[in-house]
Amino acid sequence: MLNLKLYMLQRISALVMLPLVLGHIAVMIYAAQGGLSAAEILGRTQGSLFWFLFYGTFVIAVSIHAAIGLRVILYEWMGIKDFKLEILSWGICLALFLLGARAVLAVTWS
Amino acid sequence: MKSRSSTLQVKVNRGSQADQYFQTFDVPADDNQTVLDVVSWIQQHADPTLSYRFSCRVGMCGSCAMMVNGEPRWTCRTHVKKVVKADRLTIEPLRNLPVIKDLAADMDPFFDKWVAAGGRHHPSSTRADPIAKVDPTDKARVTADASIECINCAVCYAACDTVAGNPDYLGPAALQRVWTLYNDAKDADKFSLLDQVSGMGGCHSCHSMGSCTHYCPNELDPMSAIAGLKRATARSFFKRGD
Repeated sequence: MLNLKLYMLQRISALVMLPLVLGHIAVMIYAAQGGLSAAEILGRTQGSLFWFLFYGTFVIAVSIHAAIGLRVILYEWMGIKDFKLEILSWGICLALFLLGARAVLAVTWS
Repeated sequence: MKSRSSTLQVKVNRGSQADQYFQTFDVPADDNQTVLDVVSWIQQHADPTLSYRFSCRVGMCGSCAMMVNGEPRWTCRTHVKKVVKADRLTIEPLRNLPVIKDLAADMDPFFDKWVAAGGRHHPSSTRADPIAKVDPTDKARVTADASIECINCAVCYAACDTVAGNPDYLGPAALQRVWTLYNDAKDADKFSLLDQVSGMGGCHSCHSMGSCTHYCPNELDPMSAIAGLKRATARSFFKRGD
């Protein structure tokens, strides 16, 4: 179900996600020390170009990676193909991107 | 040795693609008996209309492959003792292929994909040139040699769950053939080989589940061959930038 381009996109997006996932988990462990509060998190992220780029890249990689993975499942398990498959795959990609982008903007835009 | 009863209960697939059903036969059990012997006994002694396919009976031709108790096997090289469960056997035509009749699967899709994968030699010299010297210890040659014993029996194709879920997928045998040619020093067009396996049904659809390698009666390793194609295509992706 994957041609070379989709295959490479999925692998490259996985490579991009790898350090971001590790960074995300590391910050979670660090941030949870001594309790969590919205003010503390927003204090770190709001107005920060670094966290905007960090999670912005994360959201783009996830949207691409997950959409390609789900595309295979939709085809192989549910028999969805051709135009329907394209629409659904792009729909998933776009929906994940919009949800993620909204969250990233909410915590980094000040 | 566990004592066995003298009769096997054999459930056999009958009918064609649109109308399949099971028919059960009682077949005399022997000490030394292959699954193909069982099928032949049914055809010779119980029902001469039973259709099945075989030729060499010694594991060279690859034409007698069937599903035995749900697993793809060469019936000529499968002893009943090895697979029988409580004196019962279930024999069906190869999975993932249309059924012509009874135990004979239609091999057309398998061979069509063999052609579609483009596993065709691209000459690097003419007949006027001297014969190319190939070092048998060369790494690429050793890799190519590992796969050349494929006899197109389609056991891997029947075992493959990716083929079951994705009718466009070229399948393990055809892709392994391309990997052999890719590693052949005498093949002059490696890029076209990689292009042929980079489409929607190509090597990138493989989920590396490994049923092909598990079931190959010649103990070949199509899964690793396909992994090799994935690596080669990924490298060419960066080299060629498309």
